[in-house]
Parts: sequence; C-alpha cells; structure tokens
Amino acid sequence: MDGGREIPDIPGRPDEAEPGVRVGVDDWVATHEQRHEQLPGLLGRAQREIGRTPRPAFYAAFGIAAALLPVFTSNGYIIRVGFDTVLYMVLCLGLNVVVGYAGLLDLGYVAFFGFGAYVYAMLSSPHFGLHWDTLIVVPIAVVLTGILGFLVALPSRRLIGDYLAIVTLFFGQLFYTVFQNGSRISLLGIGHHSWDVTGGPNGIVDVDNWDLGGLKIASLQAYYYTALIVFMVSLFAIYLVDISRTGRAWKSLREDPLAAELMGIPVNRLKLVAFAVSAGIGGLAGTLFAGLNTAVFAADFYTPTLIIVYAMLILGGAGSLGGVIIGAFVVNVSLEALRTPGHATWIFFVVILATLIAKVRPWKWLFIVVGGTIGLGYLLTAIANEWFPRWTAGPPTISGWLGDWLDQWVLHPSNPTQIGNIAFILLVFAVLGLTLLHGWKLWLAMIPTLYLACFTWINRLVVEPSITRLILIGVILIVLMNARPQGLLGTARVEIA
Amino acid sequence: MNWNLFVTELVVGITQGSVYALIALGYSMVYGILKLLNFAHGDIFMVGAFIGFGLITVFGGAEALTINIALLLVLMFVSAMLGGGLLGVMIERFAYRRLRNAPRIAPLITALGVAFFLENSAQLVLGAQFQSYDSYAWNNGSLWSNGFTLPSGVHVAVAQIIVVVGALALMVFLTVFVRRTQTGKAMRATSFDREAASMMGIDVDRVIMVTFFIGSALAGAAGVFNCLVYQQLWPYMGFQAGLFAFTAAVVGGIGNLPGAVVGGLVIGLASSFATGYVSSVFQQAIVFVILIGVMLVRPSGLLGRAAVQKV
Repeated sequence: MDGGREIPDIPGRPDEAEPGVRVGVDDWVATHEQRHEQLPGLLGRAQREIGRTPRPAFYAAFGIAAALLPVFTSNGYIIRVGFDTVLYMVLCLGLNVVVGYAGLLDLGYVAFFGFGAYVYAMLSSPHFGLHWDTLIVVPIAVVLTGILGFLVALPSRRLIGDYLAIVTLFFGQLFYTVFQNGSRISLLGIGHHSWDVTGGPNGIVDVDNWDLGGLKIASLQAYYYTALIVFMVSLFAIYLVDISRTGRAWKSLREDPLAAELMGIPVNRLKLVAFAVSAGIGGLAGTLFAGLNTAVFAADFYTPTLIIVYAMLILGGAGSLGGVIIGAFVVNVSLEALRTPGHATWIFFVVILATLIAKVRPWKWLFIVVGGTIGLGYLLTAIANEWFPRWTAGPPTISGWLGDWLDQWVLHPSNPTQIGNIAFILLVFAVLGLTLLHGWKLWLAMIPTLYLACFTWINRLVVEPSITRLILIGVILIVLMNARPQGLLGTARVEIA
Repeated sequence: MNWNLFVTELVVGITQGSVYALIALGYSMVYGILKLLNFAHGDIFMVGAFIGFGLITVFGGAEALTINIALLLVLMFVSAMLGGGLLGVMIERFAYRRLRNAPRIAPLITALGVAFFLENSAQLVLGAQFQSYDSYAWNNGSLWSNGFTLPSGVHVAVAQIIVVVGALALMVFLTVFVRRTQTGKAMRATSFDREAASMMGIDVDRVIMVTFFIGSALAGAAGVFNCLVYQQLWPYMGFQAGLFAFTAAVVGGIGNLPGAVVGGLVIGLASSFATGYVSSVFQQAIVFVILIGVMLVRPSGLLGRAAVQKV
C-alpha cells in the first residue's frame, strides 16, 4: 500500500518504557507457562517429546498394556485385582466429571454406583423373576441413574458448593438405609402387605452374568476385557467432551462460577449435566459390578467405597484423565497388597525409604536419620532383652528374612494389642509434632518417630489390614490436600487474589 | 389421638433436639468463621462420648460405681469438653490452617479425610463393637426412677432433665460469651470479614482457635449427654449425628447461633415423631426431606438472613 495514510505516532505510555512489564497482565501469571522446569540434556528432550505427544496416544498405550495382562498371567487372583482396578477407573472417571471438571463436591457418588448395580440386579435375577437382555438392561440402568443424579442435584443447583456436598452426602447415607431396609416396603402404613424390593441386608443374589446378544460373559477373563472395553470407550468419550465446548465450560465453572455466568455460560444447566453424566457413568460401573459378582449388597455402596474413590481421584489429580488411571491403579493395588502382612511390610519400608531419600537433604542427615533409626532399634532390643524380657516375648507377625530381621530389631511385646494401641496414639501425636519442627531438630526428632512408626506397624497395624487401609486412605486425603492438592498428574492452579 | 404417645415423643424429641442443637452450634460457629463444613465435627461428638465411657470404666463400671453420681457427671462433662475442645484445636491447627486460602473444595476433602481417619482410628483403638453407658444401672437406676410425672402420665426422668438443662446452660453461656466478651466480639468480627478483622489488630489465628475449641467442646459435651439418655456408643456414631446436626444448622440458618438451637429442636422433634409414628427407618428420610424442603423454600434458613454475595 504505497502512499497509504501514515499511522500517527502514538506516544508510548510512561510505563511502557520499562522493559518486561505488560500493562494489564499480572507478570507472574503471564509468565507461568515459561516457568516450567526445563531439565537439561537428554531428560529435557524426553520431557519435551512427552509434552508434545497427544494425550490419546497415552490412553491407547495404557489400553494395549492392560489388554496384555491376561496373556502374561492366568492367575485368577491377579486378574480379579485387575478387574477391580479397571472398575475403580470407570468409577473415578465418573467422579472426575463432577469433581474434577465441574468442581462440584458430590459425596453421594457411590449411591449412583449402587443404584446402577441394583437396577441391573433387579432386572436380571430371580428376585422379581425378570431376566431381561443385558443390552437392554445396561442402557436402562445408565439412563435411570443419570436421571437420579439429575434429581439429586436439582434442589441444590442454586446453592453454593457446601450445600451440595451435604445434600449428596445425606443422599448417599439415605440410599444405604433405604436399600439396607428395603425388604419390607409398605406404603407408609397403608395396608398390611409389604413388598421385598431390595432384598434388605441379604441383598439380591443369583444375578445373571452379562449376556451380549447370545455372547455370554461368564469367565473372569471375559469380564476383565469387558470392563476394559467399557473403560476405554468411556475414557475416549469423556476425552472428547473434555476438549469440547462443554468441557471448557465445565472448567470455567470450576475456576469461577460467577465469572462463567457473566460470560453467558448456562451455569445451572451445566451443573445438572455434569451430575447426570457422572451418575450415569457410576451406574454403568454398577452394572459391571453386579454382573461379575452375581450379587449386590447395600454395604458395598457405603462411605468406605466413596472415600477410596475420592482418594484415587485426588491422588491422580482431579481433572486429569491420566490421573484417573494412575490414581486408581496405585491406590487399588497398594490396598490389595496390604491384605498380606508380608507384602504390606515390604511396601511400608519401601515407601518410608523412598520418602526419606526424596525429602531428607543434605545427604549427611539422610545417613544420620536412617543409621540412627536402625541403631535405636538394636539398642532398644538389647535393653529389653537384658532387663524387660516381656517386651521381646511376643510372636513375630510376618515370616521370611525380613520378618527374621525385624524380630531382631523391633520390640515384640507380649501384649501387642494394648501396647500397639497406645503406640498408635503416640505416633499420631509424634507425627503432628514433627510438622512443627524445622532443620536439625526435625531430623533428630524423626529418628524415634520412625522407630515408633515401625513398631506400631509391626505390632498393630499389620494385624488389622481392613482398618489400616481405611486409616491410610484418610491420611492420604489429609496429607495430599495439605502438601500437593493437585495430585500426581494435575497442574497447580494459579491463584489470583 | 393417643396423648401418651404424643407426649412421650415430645419429651424424647426435646431431649434429642437439645443434643442436636449442641452439635449444630459448633458446626454453625465453625462454618460462620471459616466457611468450612467440618465433617469431623460429628466424630468429636463420638470422642466425647468415649471419654465419658472411659471415666465410667475407670470408676468401676456402670454396675458398681465407686463414686458419687453427681461428681462422676461433672467429671465426665469437664473431661469430654476439654478432650473434644483440644481435639478440635488440633484438627484446625494441623489439617485446616494451611488450607485457609485454598480453593473451596480442598478443605472439604481434607475434612472428609479427617473424619474418616478419626472414625477408623477409633475403631482400631477402641474396637468396633457397641458399648453402653448403661445409665439405668447407675446407683440402682436413680437417674431414671426419679423425676416427675406429667399430667398425661408420662414420666420425665432425671437423666432427661439433666440433658435439657445442661444443654440450655451451655447455650446461655455461649450466647453471653459471644455477645458480651471481647473475644466474642472478635469472633463476630472475624466471621463478618476475616481480612478486615486482622487489619483491625485482631489475632485471627487465635480467634479461630478459640472458635474451634468452644465448638468442639460443645460437641464433646453433646456426646456425653447423648449417651446418658440413649446409652449406646460406637466409633461410627458421629457420622449420622453430624449429618442431622448439620441439617439442624441449615434449617435454622447456618452461621446463626439461635438458629442452630431452633433447628436442633426441629430435627429432634421430627426424628422422634417419625420414629414413634412410622418407623425408625424413616427417621433419616424425614430429616432429608426437611433439608431439601428448607433448601427449596428458604435457603437461608428459618432465622437466617439472605446472604448478599459480594464480589
């Protein structure tokens, strides 16, 4: 454009003179992309390549790896654990929609899981004499559960998140009570006839296996593959929603509902949709669960399951699909391993050592802490052997060479339950105390605390695996939320005050 | 109409309502000051009940108490309140304090974790079985045989009177504390606007600590009151009590202290009438319906004022 009008020279605003400062943009927020740690050399290159790979490639890789599991082992137990893990992944996926994307705290989620299972069980079991086709029952269960989720969210849609949390928590509790007592439903005292709707505490048994148009799914392997296919399909579906308009709208809702509303996003409708979608996925998981176990009991859909699914989601990182996979895998496999005292103790020591190696700096203190703990153990055992024989009189709790060594190193009092209970309470206080200390005091105080932890673990916690796992789940939630709220794979939020 | 049943349920409802009101007060106080649903609050109630049970066991058990009942009751209340209060302060210090400025969902999930941790630790240490205060057996049942009889022939026992009067006394104390003392004034200021309060020289950390102490102490006392009348205690008892008490706080208007008392009575009466006239299974359903109803019709609660959201 020769001879075009010359653009008049606008004098720069005074603050533009300073280099590096952009008007209207918070400096720290604007540059937060560039602050990602760049590792040097080959590692950095690998990091960049991984960052460039599209996410579906990872999901597909996971799917292929998971599909190979039954090829490598025919051990029924391992495949069963694999099935449970995949089932938990489906559950986490649903919870991720409502908690991770939309930022709504849904504490009645397991009720949807249970509702789906019960719908499947009622429509394909001798309980009502119905044996409908699985291809019909599963969509019915999913849709009904979705509608239920919609209804639960309806009264709390106008209210802030806290009310939603309490309504859903209450709903989950109510679901349990109703299904636990649903064997004598009468119409509020009208008439004397009562109907057995849910089987009450005896649940519904003899539920049919899945039957996909004549293809019977009866073996564990078949269920594993079915669950995996269900998970992969839901995963890609949710991924597509995630990168769509709806997914972005959900996330804007999570970050700031008010701002989202001002931008013209239909906040209430999106909340309800998130609830319905998440409940539907929960119901889908329920049908799988009922099909494999061929029995449903209300107790399977109670608070412990809810907290476990939450721990998985939080550990993986709420809002991240890869986090769903990793969280469900890590939590379920470790909880499974806790059932055997030997494995549990191995995991316990590996986790403690790994944490120490990762966190204790400088190296000098790492050696002092580990060495000090080991020395303290031998010292206490020697003292006890000499003067207090009752403190080493207890039976060893695990076998193998680790057990033999622990027998030399950890005190085994003759009444482990009582002493162990006291030690547990002391341990809680000691760990809380540690969080108040810094520097060398912290490292020194860590030595007796570590020993106390080992003592409590060997004498008490390992003996009660079912309670220990629940305690650990609670601890995971508290510690993660305080130390790394974004989980393993989530990205740290930039908080703008 | 069966007057006897009606009056019995009324008495039971008022007793139960006083217990819920005490728990709801703590819930409401903490919510008012931190905007945090402290799910662990119900478990502090459970710990309070167990502290009382521990004292009964120490003094010879329900059948053969070696101590004057009045003295025992005082000891139980003082230690349950102290224990509950300290536990509440610890929870605040170690689990919630770092999360004050985190996104809303983080402290809620932490609270859930704390509740779960407390319940299961209690189960580990105290066992999962039901225990009982067995207050019918104390001193040959003097707590239950004494009392007065209402005109309709319903007997009101000393135990029930203690609960209602004790709860009332605590509520009056709390009201006076919040209205008249300097700390109470600081609490109101902090709950109104934490940042502005800290700029006015109020030590917000300390105020929040005191709030947690008082709220949790009330929950601890409620634990003892509850088991004095309803006997049974077990590690998971706090969960449902917490839900009901929270509903009470919402019904009365959350953050509003007289509202929590009114809400507690409403919930206590509703659940007692549901148990008496329909079935104990419907207790939860009725309370849930009340919660949903209040949310739909009057989200700010019976005594609360509509909150103006400032941006």
